[in-house]
Amino acid sequence: MIEEYFVLPFIIGLFVLLVTLAIKYVSWIVQLSHIDKLRVLQGFFTRRTLSAIKKIWKECLLHTRIFKTNPLLGYMHMSFAFGWFVLILVGHIESYIHAESLSVPPWESIFFRYFHHEHFVGERFFAHFMDFILLYILSGVFLAYAKRLYSRVFGIKRSTKLKPKDRIALLSLWLIFPARLFAEGATASLYGNGGFVTGTLGGVFSFFEINSSFELAMWWIYSSSLGVFFITLPFTRYMHIPTEVLFILLREYGIQLKKEYNSVSKIQVYSCSRCGICIDACQMHHAEISNNQSVYILKNMRDENLTDRKLYNCLLCGRCEQACPVGINLNDLRISQRIQASKEFNSSYDFLTYKNTPQTDVAYFSGCMTHLTPGIKESVCAILEIAGINYLFLDKEKGACCGRPLMQAGQYQAAKKLIDYNRQQILDSGAHTLLVSCPICYKVFKDDYELGQINIKHHSEYFLELINAGYISPRKSDNIIVYHDPCELGRGANIYNEPREILKKIGKFRKVRIEKNQSLCCSGSLGDLSLSMPDRNIIKEQTLSVLLKHNPDILATACPLCKKTFVKGTFIQVKDIAEILVDSIKKKTALLPEMENVCE
Amino acid sequence: MKKFGFTTAQSRSIDYDKVNTKLIKYIIENESSFSTCISCGACTATCSAGNITHFNIRRLNIQIRLGKYETIKQEIDKCMLCGKCMLVCPRGINTRNVIMLIKKGLTTLDLSD
Repeated sequence: MIEEYFVLPFIIGLFVLLVTLAIKYVSWIVQLSHIDKLRVLQGFFTRRTLSAIKKIWKECLLHTRIFKTNPLLGYMHMSFAFGWFVLILVGHIESYIHAESLSVPPWESIFFRYFHHEHFVGERFFAHFMDFILLYILSGVFLAYAKRLYSRVFGIKRSTKLKPKDRIALLSLWLIFPARLFAEGATASLYGNGGFVTGTLGGVFSFFEINSSFELAMWWIYSSSLGVFFITLPFTRYMHIPTEVLFILLREYGIQLKKEYNSVSKIQVYSCSRCGICIDACQMHHAEISNNQSVYILKNMRDENLTDRKLYNCLLCGRCEQACPVGINLNDLRISQRIQASKEFNSSYDFLTYKNTPQTDVAYFSGCMTHLTPGIKESVCAILEIAGINYLFLDKEKGACCGRPLMQAGQYQAAKKLIDYNRQQILDSGAHTLLVSCPICYKVFKDDYELGQINIKHHSEYFLELINAGYISPRKSDNIIVYHDPCELGRGANIYNEPREILKKIGKFRKVRIEKNQSLCCSGSLGDLSLSMPDRNIIKEQTLSVLLKHNPDILATACPLCKKTFVKGTFIQVKDIAEILVDSIKKKTALLPEMENVCE
Repeated sequence: MKKFGFTTAQSRSIDYDKVNTKLIKYIIENESSFSTCISCGACTATCSAGNITHFNIRRLNIQIRLGKYETIKQEIDKCMLCGKCMLVCPRGINTRNVIMLIKKGLTTLDLSD
């Protein structure tokens, strides 16, 4: 009887794990807002639960999204998650069939081969099948060892830095399956109940004439590694395994991240597996900055020791969010922390006074950045004039900022004041369309302004409509044009095709190697408050080297801030879509003199 | 200096024996680029808030160095963080971070003499 004490580490570990998980789950769910709780209740008995289970199967067990990043990395994760799941499931079925009842204690299912050596129906099948699954997981373990040595093969150039407790958890996880192999091999050697792998290993052990104390030692190691892993799990990155399940369920019930940091945010933070895929996506490493990538920020958020310097040092370009295999809202999480950090000093902007707005069809809001690049606003006005649109230049003089830069800095309450002010003006104008020439403004108009029926259009969208409707007709030139996707327009507002459509009509459009949702940031982003100018320049040069690889005549973009940033770094013409478009129309129609300075 | 016929306007001179330097030290500690400011005023010329009000970042710089925290408190609330100043700054100063640091410093630091 005393021999069977080896199951204790496993039982203690499992108990600690289940109690800690229960405490965390209950506290998170209790902290959900009232509406979110209702969402869970309403969604629970609908098809959403089924679709969540399907996604849990695909993402948590099969890891299909990691497969897309790198097949080898995907295989490694799948072998651990899916393999282990099958091992536990089939192990339980095996013990139920053996006992011909469902009341089998968990340790008997897990350590089945130690307890039962006799023959029963299907015994050979289970022995071989379980061996096959174990072999499958072991191939993953082998890959995990190899990944630490040659991470590049797995598509990962830089890996996460580990803390001591992470190492303990990692080592125990690495030990579990080899230990199981040796333990079952030893038992197979003594009692001949092994499959094709453990049986063969048992044969080797028989050669060395092992005894039952060796066998017991092996089972002790196996049980202890399980116990250590279970106890460390809730306190290390492996907490993502149970949390991701909850995250996917809540996401399916329509529960979204709020501006404030709350329990939904916490569930997202704990769902991070610290796989490190975001580290390679981040452009900061060009400037040798390696402490502020999302994986580290989330770790700091978990441990509640995030410093301002790290928090504000992020371009909010969204490349990491795009790459994240779990689908965590990394940008919004970071902004929620910024809101938390700066909520004590929001401005009131009392100086803004409402004034009468003239009536119009199209309201044009250029935004601060377009005012800094007058060529763009003049081109936009010129095109509107040529097309004969009845428009109003909303912020021609004394315009207020749209509020997005404040939002990015976490000054949410202050941004609300500017939003209210601008919103009133836009609604008062009676316009059916709001035209915006800056993606930064565009994003905040779309996401936070609640403008109701008003069509919000970025100028690339609007001008394409004008071209298609025949209001303006550009002339195609021989210029080779490449296009840079602005972060806020591409990943931020999902506009990729309209600018390309326009450019294809006015020049020879060329693709670049990294584009669309993968596109690089120009480094001018207002999302970053503490990145120094020299570091920004390094990142900018890197981005330019990708964009200008094939020596285009024109580097086109659709954001005044990207233009302003790039202009300082290259001799090749950097132009906004509006500027290129107006050039091509002017060449065709020779509407030159009276169209100059239409904005003045 | 007076001996040589030069005079200095009181409002423009900083007497380091008397001024309260807590805020400027805090800012430079966290955003060292601020110490490279040459007071050219490009930031103020382009400023969106300055277009609507009398907000003046260039003057703010002197007031921080003079330790006039009451004036700064009233002024700093006008900034909308739009970032134009950062783009025009010939010294590449992270002006938006400076503004955030001033705001944070004013609310969290003990600035009494």
